[in-house]
Amino acid sequence: MKTLQEIQAEVVEDFSMYDEWLDKYEYLIDLGHRLEPFPEELKTEDRLIKGCQSRVWLDTVVDGDRLFFRADSDAIITKGIISLLIGVYSGRTAREIAEDDFSFIGQLGLRENLSPTRAGGLASMIDTIRRTAQKYV
Amino acid sequence: MMQVEKIRQEFPELSESVYGKPLVYLDNAATAQRPRSVIAKWTEMSAKYNANLHRAVHRIADVATAEYEATRDAVRAYLNAGCREEILFTSGTTASINLVAFSFGEAFVGAGDEIIVCESEHHSDIVPWQMLCERKGAVVKVLPVDDSGHLRLDLLPGLLTPRTRLLCVAQISNVLGLKNPVKEIVNICHSNNCCVLVDGAQGIVHDRVDVRDLDCDFYAFSGHKIYAAPGTGVLYGRRSLLEQMPPYMGGGEMIGTVRWTGTTYAPLPQKFEAGTQNIAGTPTLRPALEMAEQLRDPGIEAETERVKEFMLNALQQDPRIRLYGVPRTEDEKIPLFSFSVEHCHHEDLAMILDKMGIAVRSGQMCAEPLMDRFGVTGMLRVSFAPYNTLQEAEYFIASLGKAIKMLE
Repeated sequence: MKTLQEIQAEVVEDFSMYDEWLDKYEYLIDLGHRLEPFPEELKTEDRLIKGCQSRVWLDTVVDGDRLFFRADSDAIITKGIISLLIGVYSGRTAREIAEDDFSFIGQLGLRENLSPTRAGGLASMIDTIRRTAQKYV
Repeated sequence: MMQVEKIRQEFPELSESVYGKPLVYLDNAATAQRPRSVIAKWTEMSAKYNANLHRAVHRIADVATAEYEATRDAVRAYLNAGCREEILFTSGTTASINLVAFSFGEAFVGAGDEIIVCESEHHSDIVPWQMLCERKGAVVKVLPVDDSGHLRLDLLPGLLTPRTRLLCVAQISNVLGLKNPVKEIVNICHSNNCCVLVDGAQGIVHDRVDVRDLDCDFYAFSGHKIYAAPGTGVLYGRRSLLEQMPPYMGGGEMIGTVRWTGTTYAPLPQKFEAGTQNIAGTPTLRPALEMAEQLRDPGIEAETERVKEFMLNALQQDPRIRLYGVPRTEDEKIPLFSFSVEHCHHEDLAMILDKMGIAVRSGQMCAEPLMDRFGVTGMLRVSFAPYNTLQEAEYFIASLGKAIKMLE
């Protein structure tokens, strides 16, 4: 099995293939469309991530020491960003996630290129994943 | 006749690029760009005349005070207010409305009294009234809008009771871009002994304002939406009301004499201007209002009309687009368009347009009750200023088409 760092490096490399921002968005939109459907009944207030302009729901399933994430958003680019995060963190152990520094997000260049309100939304998503992991360590 | 291209050169921000593309700034309802004359006045006040107002006996304080008070005269003339005592400087529309909510509330609102607020108001013209009513045990009543975004004036007489103290209405909604029939509303309210506050944040930019003709009791606006420095604002208040209202904040130059046994207050307008004022910012209102006057040029207004016509046609012809604030006549609409696009989230559209160099607004636009009214979580808003061109409108519509295609 690949390490968390190896997967992160792959994601950063995939994303850096696109020079133009509109191409990066096309890629995120495509990821968003391909994200596994999220059950409507899980779209509850307690799964809603605060601080996003669009609505984002995150659900966690615990299996042994591993965490599995599912998520959805009503905005497709945001859904693509979540898809990136889930691709990296879903199925990893709580300890791995809790100890990660999330620095690969910075390498994607997403933070700088989202408006502060948007970057705030991204920060909320990361924060929710991190806090969930800490709860299960 | 003036050309838009020429006046654009007066606004440095408009020549900026974003992501290597020329900036197309269509978020003017949030804040307008500033002309060189405003930036120059701001810089001059900061660099040469930075002294506190009204109190010191030295040269630069004299100049700063003279500039500040000359600005009051200029604003009085611009609004056609009866006297300079009716012009109060604040930090913006929000501060102006909060001042009225507190001071008018203290003087005139008690338990069981009513305040009418329009459904299309900005949060800044909703929350202060909710806070006031909570403090006083008073009640907020809502004047609704219809499906096209027009105020239901027919319901107003039924809402007014002998307990109605104040009605709060935006001259132009920041979401719908429709000019509200303020004069008519004032007439109806006054014949029921109810005062009227007008939120002029958008109105001051897109309509000529004559507070004596409108006959409103309060008129609030922000400097930054009409090309002045941020953190500047105005409250016009009818003198007879302001005289009866207690101060909002204490301290600074709002005092007469201060004793442990009791304090007296300064006369108008200082009574409502506690603390150090926006020394550098407020004087920029003068060149800003001069610019607003200059922009009321037939050549520029003709271009704005072309923009409006083009945008209304383009948005209304597209079956995927739902426009909020549909005018009955073209005259009542300002070049501000909020809409949603079928199967596209407003935030996705705004993000893609941003990368095409276009600045627009997406979200609730500080009007959550209105979003609920139309059953949406947010909208996309494009708001034009007189310095925007038809070419920019065309670029926007073409870019919107591409963005929709990306999201389909």
